[in-house]
Amino acid sequence: MNIIVCLKQVPDTESQIKIGSDGKSILTDDIKWVMNPYDEFGVEEALRLKEKFGGTVTVVGLGPKRVTEAIRTALAMGADKGVLVNDDALNGSDSIATAKALAAAIKNLEYDVILTGQRGVDDDMGVTGAALAEFLGIPQLSLIIKLEVAEDGKSVKATRPVEGQALTIESSLPALITAQKGLNEPRYASLPGIMKAKKKPLEEKTLADLGLNAAEFGSSARKVKILEITPPPERGGGKVITGETAQEKAAELAKLLHEEAKII
Amino acid sequence: MAQGVWTIAEQRDGELRKITYEIVSEGRRLADVLGQEVTVVLLGSNIKDKATQLGQYGADKVLVADDARLETYTTDAYVEVISQLVRANDPAVLLIGASVQGKDLSARLSARLGVGMAQDCTAFSIEAGNLIAIRPIYAGKAYTKLTFENSLPQMAAARPNVMSISEPNASRSAEVIDATFTMDDSTLKTKVVSVIKDEGGKVDLTEADKIVSGGRGMKGPENFKILEDLADVIGASVGASRSAVDAGWRSHTDQVGQTGKVVSPNLYIACGISGAIQHLAGMSTSKVIVAINKDEDAPIFQKADYGVVGDLFDVVPALTEEAKKYLS
Ligand SMILES: Cc1cc2nc3c(=O)[nH]c(=O)nc-3n(C[C@H](O)[C@H](O)[C@H](O)COP(=O)(O)OP(=O)(O)OC[C@H]3O[C@@H](n4cnc5c(N)ncnc54)[C@H](O)[C@@H]3O)c2cc1C
Ligand SMILES: Nc1ncnc2c1ncn2[C@@H]1O[C@H](COP(=O)(O)O)[C@@H](O)[C@H]1O
Repeated sequence: MNIIVCLKQVPDTESQIKIGSDGKSILTDDIKWVMNPYDEFGVEEALRLKEKFGGTVTVVGLGPKRVTEAIRTALAMGADKGVLVNDDALNGSDSIATAKALAAAIKNLEYDVILTGQRGVDDDMGVTGAALAEFLGIPQLSLIIKLEVAEDGKSVKATRPVEGQALTIESSLPALITAQKGLNEPRYASLPGIMKAKKKPLEEKTLADLGLNAAEFGSSARKVKILEITPPPERGGGKVITGETAQEKAAELAKLLHEEAKII
Repeated sequence: MAQGVWTIAEQRDGELRKITYEIVSEGRRLADVLGQEVTVVLLGSNIKDKATQLGQYGADKVLVADDARLETYTTDAYVEVISQLVRANDPAVLLIGASVQGKDLSARLSARLGVGMAQDCTAFSIEAGNLIAIRPIYAGKAYTKLTFENSLPQMAAARPNVMSISEPNASRSAEVIDATFTMDDSTLKTKVVSVIKDEGGKVDLTEADKIVSGGRGMKGPENFKILEDLADVIGASVGASRSAVDAGWRSHTDQVGQTGKVVSPNLYIACGISGAIQHLAGMSTSKVIVAINKDEDAPIFQKADYGVVGDLFDVVPALTEEAKKYLS
């Protein structure tokens, strides 16, 4: 079974987000970059499929050179090889353009299952996986917490929680799965894993290598245009509930929720 | 020229879901600014009788795609039909609810149509005749204001529970139109093989009007009973921090935060939750936030509208009793 995992490198979730002087970008100087947490679930699931069915796990990242670190982390976890799509012309691409470039990098590889994260915790967009599936002409199963590939490796059953229900969806393979928390517990890279990862193949591709036209990528080709990035709206100063005892505090809180917030 | 505001209705088991009313109401507000019509697209099986009521929320037209293969949502079938209708009618704005289904649908549909998409938006407006979308990024640590360029329809999905539902106007009705479309069975590669309803039948966190959440301060799974008691009295659903979920006290579907659900209830009560940035990511668009924590320096208090410094095991049961006085 051949499995592909797409990896995005994102700011660590602890990062402070500072807005650039142009008011349209984020300052990246102090940011610690990590593998998107949802992609860790993707890598883990790919490794489990490989353990069961055999085959190869290829990780594909798109972005600047630093993305190599995320790819190496996945290789250290146990993936077999990496592809980095790196081209200055890609800077500032939106999800659709990103998916187009990923599709070009993937379409000539062999795959039964493609895993992506359900969303990147940077732009919180969650469009790339579905768009990639569209460009490859394969079905997508999004927001999946449980995956079962049939013994013959030809179909898959995936479970997606929706509001108040869990749906199990069956699909032929190849298919693209977007991973969310609950799918599995990602493993850590072991020390021998990290050593081995250094020797695993990692290919780099430019847009020209993929036969793509640079003009269709990057900030200038964005279909969703950023007008402004602002800090979150301030929440009005909160009230500390006073009272001697828990009883008094609870009474005061209930009163405020009833009279002031008018919510109970 | 592209014309009109379209909203995609969401139905389950033949009933319209709350998000449908939210985006139809919002679509109406935008259409009024543009001076254009609102068309709701409704897909399902034997669903036509649900169409008329949408007029009361502002729909001018309801385009109904009625087909047994559309009874339950599948990405393949819905994207196929909606993309045909959009191409044939050329709307200027296309709004979808960012429910689980809506997220799946909107992402694929935008790629099929080759247009840009703004996911999980918290506000919309019209500037110079164009759609403006506001959405949180970096887990709500920043907000971005977006517009669309060379991309029609202007397509966006709205975070559930954020857009207000208009008062229904009983004197308004919508024109119901049968949609024409084709569907090739060979393109339908996925099917829903089982549906398991969550136990307890509680309202999902993303749709809940009120949420009571517990964190590591709950100390163990058995203690969530006191949150459930409070939730029962005030009509809330129960959520949890990741620590509580990872400890195995609550299910993954209860997790609120960056790697859990993003919720926007009218009332969020955080009990024994410190307020880590990844937790705040999931609940900072709640309208009223209450924090109950014994550590007065807990970061959650900086986000809270009402903060109670105290032991939750005393405060929560007392609050349940007090709330009863207002609700009985
Ligand atoms: C990539 C990533 C993603 C993450 N995603 C999420 C996410 O989606 N959701 C999420 O919640 N977290 C997430 N986290 C984890 C997050 O960083 C915190 O670890 C977590 O939110 C802490 O949970 P907590 O507040 O319940 O526990 P703690 O931080 O341990 O806080 C417990 C609180 O309970 C209080 N307390 C204890 N006893 C009592 C009592 N008797 N009465 C009153 N108060 C009491 C304490 O004062 C303390 O403030 C993520 C972390 C990472 C790295
Ligand atoms: N630049 C990228 N390189 C590789 N994979 C990506 C990239 N951007 C997005 N993805 C994949 O798509 C998922 C969703 O990302 P997004 O649509 O940006 O929220 C991520 O979790 C990745 O698996």
